[in-house]
Amino acid sequence: MDPIKIEGTRKTPEVRFDSETGMIEIEGRSIPENSIEFYKPLVDWLDEYSNNPTKKTVVNIKLEYFNTSSSKCILDVFKKLETIFKNEQDVVINWYYEEDDEDMLEAGEDYQSILKIPFKMIEMEE
Amino acid sequence: MFKAIITELLDMSFEFTEWYAEVVKNDTILNYKGAVSKDDIAELLAKIEIELERKDEDIKVIRKIYNIAVEILQNLFHHSDSLKGEDKKVCAFILKDFEDNKYALITGNYIKKNKLRLLKDRLDQINFLNSEELKVLYKIVLNNQQFSEKGGGGLGMIDVARKSGSKILYNFYEFDNDYYFYTFSVAI
Repeated sequence: MDPIKIEGTRKTPEVRFDSETGMIEIEGRSIPENSIEFYKPLVDWLDEYSNNPTKKTVVNIKLEYFNTSSSKCILDVFKKLETIFKNEQDVVINWYYEEDDEDMLEAGEDYQSILKIPFKMIEMEE
Repeated sequence: MFKAIITELLDMSFEFTEWYAEVVKNDTILNYKGAVSKDDIAELLAKIEIELERKDEDIKVIRKIYNIAVEILQNLFHHSDSLKGEDKKVCAFILKDFEDNKYALITGNYIKKNKLRLLKDRLDQINFLNSEELKVLYKIVLNNQQFSEKGGGGLGMIDVARKSGSKILYNFYEFDNDYYFYTFSVAI
């Protein structure tokens, strides 16, 4: 599978998906007007990856801002990862948030409560 | 303050220019009127960050205002209507100082009359719920698979209410037989 490498813009995050290493990373701002357009290729990639994942998938989410239209797409991303986890593969989601960003921590906890997949909340010092 | 403006204008026929002049009269940090494009949204968001950083505002407050501004600007982008026979939409977006060291984000836009009741119903529902209930509603809507035809998740206003921790003030001014002018204000 080809990896995904997308540079970040002022409205979309930097994305790095690599099937060889099992590293899935989304970082920056995710506030596009049409988030389905941006996330569909990512969800499709994960769909294919879930057929033959590496032994351990590490997911790093470091978002500074995300809009509510992205929040549904991010849930779709997590649901694909949940499928991998349910097939007894090792998956962990590291949810990074900046120091004192309670809204971002709460957003991570919202996902954690919806999904059956290990989450790690990681506070970053500024 | 904003409530007073609404009451004052309530009995008059709606005039955008007058309404806008009243709202931006005092304490305005940033104001914009006109159609809202994707680029306009990016520029307004950048300006908000610059203005609030210049005021040495706390990063937590800047984040909240930024997040809420994203949602309400994108609501203008997706859901405002242009008046019959007009090419361009007329929208307003204002950030101003508000009482008790708070800020107010205010928007105004025209909507077709047939949208009014559903919109009002949703706003009333959101205003009726406390923060715990908003959290529950947010997760229910997040976890249902439906997207509206415009790609919005139906989550925007719930998120605004959750993050601001305050009630939404809104009004609908009758413009003509087919359109209303919808004003929205939230304190942060």
